[in-house]
Amino acid sequence: PTAYCLASVSLYSMADTGVLETLLQRVEKVDDGVDSLAVATSLGVDHQVIVGAVKSLQALGDVISAELRSSKHWELTEEGTEIAEQGSHESRVFSCIPQEGLAQSELMKLPFGKIGFSKAMSSKWIRVDKAHEGGPRIFRTVESIDDQVREKLLLVQKGHSTQLEEKEKNELKKRKLLSEVTVKSYWITKGNSFSTTITKQETELTPEMIASGNWKEKKFKPYNFEAMGVAPDCGHLHPLMKVRTQFRQIFLEMGFTEMPTNNFIESSFWNFDSLFQPQQHPARDQHDTFFLSDPAHAHEFPQDYLERVKKVHSEGGYGSQGYKYDWKIEEAQKNILRTHTTAVSARMLYKLAQQKFTPVKYFSIDRVFRNETLDATHLAEFHQIEGVVADYGLTLGDLMGVLHQFFTKLGITKLRFKPAYNPYTEPSMEVFSYHEGLKKWVEVGNSGVFRPEMLLPMGLPEDVSVIAWGLSLERPTMIKYGINNIRELVGHKVNLQMVYDSPICRLDS
Amino acid sequence: MPTVGVKRDLLFKALGRSYTDEEFDELCFEFGLELDEITSEKEIISREQGDTKASGASDVILYKIDVPANRYDLLCLEGLVRGLQVFKNKCNRYQCDLPVDPMFAALHSPQTEAVRPHAVAAVLRNITFTQERYDSFIELQEKLHQNICRKRSLVAIGTHDLDTISGPFTYTAKRPGDISFKPLNQTKEYTATQLMSLYKTDSHLRHYLHIIEDKPLYPVIYDSNGVVLSMPPIINGDHSKISLKTKNVFIECTATDQTKAKTVLDMMVTMFSEYCAQPFTVEEAEVVYPDGKTCIYPELAYRKEKLSGKFINQKVGINESTEKIAHLLTRMCLLSQATGAGDEIEVEIPPTRSDIIHACDIMEDAAIAYGFNNITRTTPRTYTVANQFPLNKLTELLRQDLAAAGFTEALNFALVARTTLLPGLLKTIAANRKMPLPLKLFEISDVVLKDETKDVGARNSRRFCAVYYNKSPGFEVIHGLLDRTMQLLEVKPARGEGYHIQTADDSTFFPGRCADIFVRGKNVGRLGVLHPDVINRFELTMPCSALEMDIEPFL
Repeated sequence: PTAYCLASVSLYSMADTGVLETLLQRVEKVDDGVDSLAVATSLGVDHQVIVGAVKSLQALGDVISAELRSSKHWELTEEGTEIAEQGSHESRVFSCIPQEGLAQSELMKLPFGKIGFSKAMSSKWIRVDKAHEGGPRIFRTVESIDDQVREKLLLVQKGHSTQLEEKEKNELKKRKLLSEVTVKSYWITKGNSFSTTITKQETELTPEMIASGNWKEKKFKPYNFEAMGVAPDCGHLHPLMKVRTQFRQIFLEMGFTEMPTNNFIESSFWNFDSLFQPQQHPARDQHDTFFLSDPAHAHEFPQDYLERVKKVHSEGGYGSQGYKYDWKIEEAQKNILRTHTTAVSARMLYKLAQQKFTPVKYFSIDRVFRNETLDATHLAEFHQIEGVVADYGLTLGDLMGVLHQFFTKLGITKLRFKPAYNPYTEPSMEVFSYHEGLKKWVEVGNSGVFRPEMLLPMGLPEDVSVIAWGLSLERPTMIKYGINNIRELVGHKVNLQMVYDSPICRLDS
Repeated sequence: MPTVGVKRDLLFKALGRSYTDEEFDELCFEFGLELDEITSEKEIISREQGDTKASGASDVILYKIDVPANRYDLLCLEGLVRGLQVFKNKCNRYQCDLPVDPMFAALHSPQTEAVRPHAVAAVLRNITFTQERYDSFIELQEKLHQNICRKRSLVAIGTHDLDTISGPFTYTAKRPGDISFKPLNQTKEYTATQLMSLYKTDSHLRHYLHIIEDKPLYPVIYDSNGVVLSMPPIINGDHSKISLKTKNVFIECTATDQTKAKTVLDMMVTMFSEYCAQPFTVEEAEVVYPDGKTCIYPELAYRKEKLSGKFINQKVGINESTEKIAHLLTRMCLLSQATGAGDEIEVEIPPTRSDIIHACDIMEDAAIAYGFNNITRTTPRTYTVANQFPLNKLTELLRQDLAAAGFTEALNFALVARTTLLPGLLKTIAANRKMPLPLKLFEISDVVLKDETKDVGARNSRRFCAVYYNKSPGFEVIHGLLDRTMQLLEVKPARGEGYHIQTADDSTFFPGRCADIFVRGKNVGRLGVLHPDVINRFELTMPCSALEMDIEPFL
C-alpha cells in the first residue's frame, strides 16, 4: 500500500461488505436519500460504522453522494443515564426509607445520600427528627412520590425531547443530567454510478495485469493526491557551493578567466606591499590579520620588482609622493593567511606585465581569512568574489557599467555608488543596491580602479587601467536561503536538514 | 572607518543652512561619508548604562558620521564643515606667522633617537575657546591618536597652555626613575616608573604603555625652568594643561614617523587656527636638532600639481571643459584653474589634504564633485575568451557526480590551515547525530602543506574526503564510492596503469581495515573503517568508514 491509500479505507476495511451493501439497499429504496444517523439507529449499530461505510463507498468512485449535515440534539449525560435507569437521587432516598425511619448517618453512607437528601427535603418528601433517641432520624412525610426528573430524562432518551419545555431542559442541563450536542451526519443519495453490489478494487497495476490485459475489467482504488510522495534517496550539494557555482557561471558568461587562488598562505608582500598598502596600515596589525609561525617567512621575491615597490612606498615615483616612510623587507616577508584574493590578482597582474600586454578579464571565488570580531554575520574566514578587468583606457564609467551588468545577472538592477577609501584603489566606490524588502539602500560590494603606484611598478603600460570589484559569497547566500546566522551555513555546525532541503540556486529569480 | 560625533544644530549653523535627516544623509553619501546614526548623549548613555544613569544627560541631537580612513581633515566639526561647504566654492588659506619670540617657542631635541626620534611643534596665538570648541579640540586629538597616529605608536600629540610655561623647551630621553612630575589630573608627583604601574589599571592609558615600557630611556619634554610638559606618548603634565581660559596653545607632536608627525601637526593647527585672533594663521616654532640643524614647523605646505583636462575626462569617463573641471576641483577645496596652455589645469593641494599623493587622487575628487551617479555607465569593449582554472573545473564536475552518487556535500573551515579534511566531516556528523542514518558526506577542499619549493614555503593541495556513518561500518559503500570516482575519472581497476587498493597501517583506522589507494603506481590516498578510539574522540557512537585522497593527480 502506498501513501496514496485513503486512511479511512484502511481503517474501515472493505471486509465488512455487509454494512456497505445494506446501506446501498437502503439508499436504493428511497428517492430523496437517507440520513446516516437514522440508518445507524434503525440498524442498531454505532454511527461511526455507517460513517466508515460512507467513506468506503466514496472511495469507490461516484457510487453514492454524501452531504455532510449537522444537527443539534439533547443527550443524557452519564449521570442522566443513571437516573433514567434507577431514578433520581431524591426518589432513591425516598424509597430506601422504611416506615420506622432511617438514621441520618446511615443515609449519608449511600452514594446518592447527600444530594438526594437535600432534594427530597426541599420537595418535602421527608423530614428529620433531630431529637430522636440515637441521633437524627429520617422519616417519610408522604405516601408516594412522582419522580418527574426521571420521567423527563426518559422522554429525552427515547428521542422525544421536543415534548419538554426549553426551561425544563435547561434546568436539567444545569444539573448536568442533559447536554446539548451537535451531531454530524451524512445525507446519502445515489451517485452517478450507483449500484447495490460492490466490486473489489485493486490497489496497483501489476505486471500480470499488463500481461493478461485484465486491468481493463478491474477497478482501481483512487489515489490520495493530498499525501506527500516518498523522498528520493539522494545526495545534496551545499547551498554556499551552489551559489558559488552560479557566480562562476556568471563570470564565465561574461568572458572572465578564473584565477588560480589555491594558495591560502601568502606573503605580506603580495597581500599588502604590492598593493601599495603601507606597512603601518591597521589592516597589517595582528588584530586584523593571522600571521604564520611556521613557515613564518617567504623567501623568494622578484627582486627588481621588490625594489620598485620599496621605492614607491618610501620615496614615491610614477607621479606619486609615496608614503615617505622606512619600508622594511622584514615586514614584507611575513607570511599570513591571505586577507583577500586581491593578493592573487596582484600576482596575476605582475605576471601579465612580464609579457606583451593583452587585455584580460579575471575572476576568482575563494577563501580569505580575517581576524574579525565574530558575530552572527562575521566569521574569521569567508569566500571572496572578485572580478578584475585590465585594458587600455578603462574609465570609472566602464567600472560602473561592468558592475551594472554583473549585478543585473544577480537580479539586481537598481545600483548607486558611494565614494569610499581603499589603500590600493583610487577612485574607490562602495556599491549599493535598493533592497525592496528593507526599503533602503544596502551595500552589496566594493570596487575601484587600481592605483598607478600598484600597477606601474609591476611594469604595466601607463595607459592601461585596471578596474576591480569584490563582494562576499556568504552574504548573498544568506539572503538567498534566508539564513540569519552564518554558523548555520558554514562549518561543521551546519544543519544537514537545511542542506537536504535547500532549493536550486537561480540568482536572478 | 572612524566615526565622528557632531551636534546637529551646531553643524547646520556652521554650514549656514539646515537639512532634513534624509537630505543630509544624501549629501553625505555623495561626498563619501555615511550618516551612521542619529542619536543624543542621553540615548547613548541610556543604551550603554541604563535609563537611570541617562537622566539629566543632554538630549541635543548628535549626528554620528563615518569618515573615510584617509581623510584626517574630516575628523572634527570644523573640518567636516569645511569639507561639506562644497557648494560655497570657498577655500580657506592657511598661513604661518613668525613667532612672537623665536627663542621662546623653540624645541631642542637631543638624545631621543632610540625611543622616539622625531618632534614638531607650533603655537596657536590668541585663540578663543568656547565649551564646544574646547571639546572638539580634545576630541580631534583623540581621533588622530586612534587613526593616523596608530594608537599613539607613530605620533603622540601634547597641547599646553603656553602662558604657564616658558621656552625654549627641551625634548630628551631619561631613565624612568629620573623623571618626576605631577601628571594631568593627579594631585601629587610621581616618577615615570610609578606612573607606569599606576596606569596599568587605567582603562584608557594602559593601551599606550607598551610603546615605551621596555625602553631604558623614556621621552620627556621640559620647559626652560625644568617643568615637565609631557612624557610622550603616555601623559601630559598637569602644570601646563589647557582650559577654556587658555589664550595661547603650544602644540608638540613626538613621533617615530616624521611624515605622519608633520601631517598631524598640520591637521591640529589648520582645524583650530580658525578660532585665533587672526583666523587660519599659525605661529611657527623652531625645532633644533642635536647636530645643530633647525627646522621650522608647521610646514603647512601647499603643493601645486599640473594635469590635463583630458586625463580627468578619460579616467572618469566624462567630457567636460577644462574650466568646468577646474571648477569641480575647486568645489572640493582643491583650488584649481585652467592655465591656458592647452587643457592644462593647475591644482593647489592644501596642507589639509595629505591623502592626495597622486594625480589619481585629484581625479577622484573631480569624479566625486561631478557625482559618481551622474557618470554615464559604459561597457568596456575588452574582448576576452573565458577559461576555467582546470583544478576548479575538475572539482565542479566531480562535486556534481558525487552528489549524484548519494553523498551530501559538507563545507568546513580551513582556518587552522588543516592538513586533512576528515576531522571536519566527523565534526559535521557529530553536530548532526539527530539526523536519520546513514549519513553520507563528502567535501572537496584545499588543505595546506609545507613545501620548500614554493616562495612562501607552503602550498595548497586539493583533497576529496568522504565518510559513511551507519549501524554497520559500510566499508563496501566507501569502497564502492572509490570505484565510482575512478570510473568518473576514467581510471580502470588494475595494478600498474589502473588503480588498486592495498592493505596499510594507520592508527586512524581499525587494524586490518585500512588500505592505501594507488593510481598508476602512485599512492594518492587512503580508505578504511575508522578506529573506535577515533569514533569516540569525535563523540560518535556508530561505526564509520572514510576515504580521503588527493585529486590533483587527475588533472
